[in-house]
Amino acid sequence: MSTLDHLRNRDAILRISESEAENRAEVIDPDDERMIINMGPQHPSTHGVLRVTMELQGETVLRSKPVIGYLHTGMEKTAEDLTFLQGPTNVTRMDYAAPLFTELVYSLAVEQLLDIEIPERATWIRMLMCELNRMSSHLLFLATNGMDLGSVGMMIYGWREREEVLRFFEKVTGLRMNHNYIRPGGVAADLPDNWQADVREILDILPERLEQFDVLMTGQPIWRARTQGVGVITTEEAIALGATGPILRSTGYAWDTRRTMPYLAYDKVDFDIVVGTYGDTFDRYAIRLNEIRESMRIVEQCLDMMPKGPYRVEDRKVTPPPRARIDESMEALIHHFKIFTEGYKVPAGEVYTSVESPRGELGCYLVSDGGPKPQRMHIRAPSFVNLQTLPHMMHGGLLADAVAVISSIDPIMGEVDR
Amino acid sequence: MSSNEAPDVIAEGNDDDMPANTHTDMAYDVPVSSSNDQIVLHPEIGFYESLINNLLADGYQMCIDLCGVDYFKNLTRKLPNDATAERFELVINLLDLSAKRRIRVRVQLPEDDPKVPSISMIYPGAEAMEREASDMFGFVFEGHPDPTPILLPEGWVGHPLRKDFSMGRIPVQFKAVEGR
Repeated sequence: MSTLDHLRNRDAILRISESEAENRAEVIDPDDERMIINMGPQHPSTHGVLRVTMELQGETVLRSKPVIGYLHTGMEKTAEDLTFLQGPTNVTRMDYAAPLFTELVYSLAVEQLLDIEIPERATWIRMLMCELNRMSSHLLFLATNGMDLGSVGMMIYGWREREEVLRFFEKVTGLRMNHNYIRPGGVAADLPDNWQADVREILDILPERLEQFDVLMTGQPIWRARTQGVGVITTEEAIALGATGPILRSTGYAWDTRRTMPYLAYDKVDFDIVVGTYGDTFDRYAIRLNEIRESMRIVEQCLDMMPKGPYRVEDRKVTPPPRARIDESMEALIHHFKIFTEGYKVPAGEVYTSVESPRGELGCYLVSDGGPKPQRMHIRAPSFVNLQTLPHMMHGGLLADAVAVISSIDPIMGEVDR
Repeated sequence: MSSNEAPDVIAEGNDDDMPANTHTDMAYDVPVSSSNDQIVLHPEIGFYESLINNLLADGYQMCIDLCGVDYFKNLTRKLPNDATAERFELVINLLDLSAKRRIRVRVQLPEDDPKVPSISMIYPGAEAMEREASDMFGFVFEGHPDPTPILLPEGWVGHPLRKDFSMGRIPVQFKAVEGR
């Protein structure tokens, strides 16, 4: 209970409504040096449309409150109007930096309700694609984190490397982002011919580039001065606030769903959980940088161990028949028609599935009433929950460090607001 | 109760030979069921807060997810102990990081009075999630430290994720900025 009391006594969260903050800003009391300012929602370093209402004393941040909802488009409501087959097109737009993970967690939930086992090759393709996606997401983080902290060159380098991965995604899925590639029952298409060469090329380019990042940032005194000891959070606080992913790992707690509660075939590959020590902005940066290296190890193993076989279940009630079969088989035509008009029915029930996204635990709570559309689809977005650590990390710090702290949480607003 | 008791009861619940409805399996003093191999607790609203306290004491350190569900008129779902299914449900997923186990709590909330104690004093991480559930379903979390809208604009009328909130053609409710 001491953590709870500690969090409460710290008084880091500004618990006032928007209109109250507006009124408070107008009142100028010469004896009171505190003032309330708004950062965002259009500030370039707030990663989209995050607004932070902050109470300042001079340059010190006292209390703060993340104000969100600017990107809220009711995607959970939309999901209730889409069939289970159409579902991934919707959820993939939530975390636009790591779309494959949301598709994956949704598909896992549907598959668990359907009680179907997906082929081994589909599992390994999912794992390969997700690890590549983790790399591209972390590279995007390195780019924006560098930009936020004044290393503008890093922005270009991060995006350049990310593009290498996205080019491969375009080849496999047809799209750079919002792939709709992982679907209930497997994946949308098999890997293209000679995919190994493309993946090898990415794996060949990256190590050298990551070392350049080390030179550019990790060892730099300015970089260290701006990140070390900034935005510190302890393990107990992170757990109490529900923070997962790099934020929890930066405190030294080795929690990674891939290892601790394995899904897909993560129990068959060899990789390390990267943890920090101090729970500061530098640790969170270093964790993500090194997780790219760990993901590369997993991708390498996927290259060697990729099994042969079908890339989706052969159950024609769930996945459409091959295009060629439709011309010759009446049954295939009916299956095709049924799947794309009515959709397939999923047995009534409810299930919670979770995966480790680049930002933390990504969950999907899915309720089916036995029809072709979900009764309720809820995504547990890691960024949404992780944002709650922001006031605690910024409390007592300088206004200039607020940017570094926001950046280190790596929130994706599409996922926060859904 | 001891922490070892719960898993035994679950194993018993999975047994197909058990005659249905003769007695209800209990864990943490509330009815328990198994849904797709996941443990689900079904407390009444009155026992909800003490149950969450018991679960925290038993090692479920993290409130991983909290969301509402609107079943509207579809009240056919089975609940243990012959409990009446209400229109709304509050679903909480808890995670025990050291024992690597999960548990789910489902609370029935009546349509006319969806009031429930806030657990943000037990799990500070539930604060934002409760605000979201309050926005989307109109649940009232008693004792919540900051019951303001989180995803919806201030002063928005209606609760979008309720089944009787229509899709599309909803006029956007803008509020005027005063004094400007």
